[in-house]
Amino acid sequence: MPFTNEQLERYSRHIILKEVGAKGQKKLANAKVLIIGAGGLGAPAALYLAAAGVGTIGIVDADEVDLSNLQRQVIHATADIGKPKVQSAKETMEAINPDVTVNTYHTFVTSENVLDLIKDYDFILDGTDNFPAKFLINDACVMAKKPFSHAGIIRFKGQLMTYVPGQGPCYRCVFKEPPPKDAVPTCKQAGVIGAMGGVIGSLQAMEAVKYIVGAGDLLTGYLLTFDALKMEWRKVKLPGNTHNCAVCGDHPTITELIDYEQAECTDH
Amino acid sequence: MADFSITDTVDITDVVCPVTFVKAKVALEELDDGDILEIRLNDGEPVQNVPRSLKEEGHKVLKLTQNDDGTYRLIVQKVGD
Repeated sequence: MPFTNEQLERYSRHIILKEVGAKGQKKLANAKVLIIGAGGLGAPAALYLAAAGVGTIGIVDADEVDLSNLQRQVIHATADIGKPKVQSAKETMEAINPDVTVNTYHTFVTSENVLDLIKDYDFILDGTDNFPAKFLINDACVMAKKPFSHAGIIRFKGQLMTYVPGQGPCYRCVFKEPPPKDAVPTCKQAGVIGAMGGVIGSLQAMEAVKYIVGAGDLLTGYLLTFDALKMEWRKVKLPGNTHNCAVCGDHPTITELIDYEQAECTDH
Repeated sequence: MADFSITDTVDITDVVCPVTFVKAKVALEELDDGDILEIRLNDGEPVQNVPRSLKEEGHKVLKLTQNDDGTYRLIVQKVGD
């Protein structure tokens, strides 16, 4: 379907770009991206992907909007407190761009549902806040051969990497297994600067858009880290050898999804 | 006006900058290398900017003439796939 004049105007700053053009914008319109977690990372990512005209966006989150979320989860407003985050996110995204179809999944990701959740999507964004979910999403994306963006934020630090099947290491190649329970604080316990979600979540949206339109180089084979206190970025090259990985290697030992035990929150 | 073998025509007099260029660019993206696009555009900003922007994208501007109604007719040949 050709773009209307209104759509040409809405997406003009994309279409003008040589790397995007009308063809890239059409790819975005036909793309399906799943965002897991409508929190610090998922909120800015969802806003930018909706604004960019990604045709179908799924959003997964089991929580309701809480007052303590609003310091960083910019897709939710004060009036949304108590509402499911997926519902609040959907309303904001549709208000920004009525071209976008938003599918909501008011649930946690588990070994039972994750493959079903990701199966219809072209690209997955991990915006979760805990290691069990991050390993689960990684393993599921490897098994289902889905590209995804991993990210994590805590205090004044953030990191992200991109996995594309067959094009470099997965999250488990780098971080073999979740740290022991309570060895690492969650961001509930440790705090996180609000804008960090904006920085790293926006980069996840950037990777999704680049993947869809086929522009430039992705963060495959690299971990990008950001230290806001020092204002330092590091692009760390990851080992190219994935042969021995327990999930994406030549002889995987992990062939079924694992629900790791979640660290208890001890700050209240 | 059979001076060129026109592949497609687009009217960008119904939009303003930057959609003028965007609409012309989108029309060119639909064409093949060497095809010729005829563009109807307004005087002023569109005439000043659209031909220049299309040249910057690598296309060949073949002709620009004024129509009787004050609009312009721009003939561009697509370069590239």
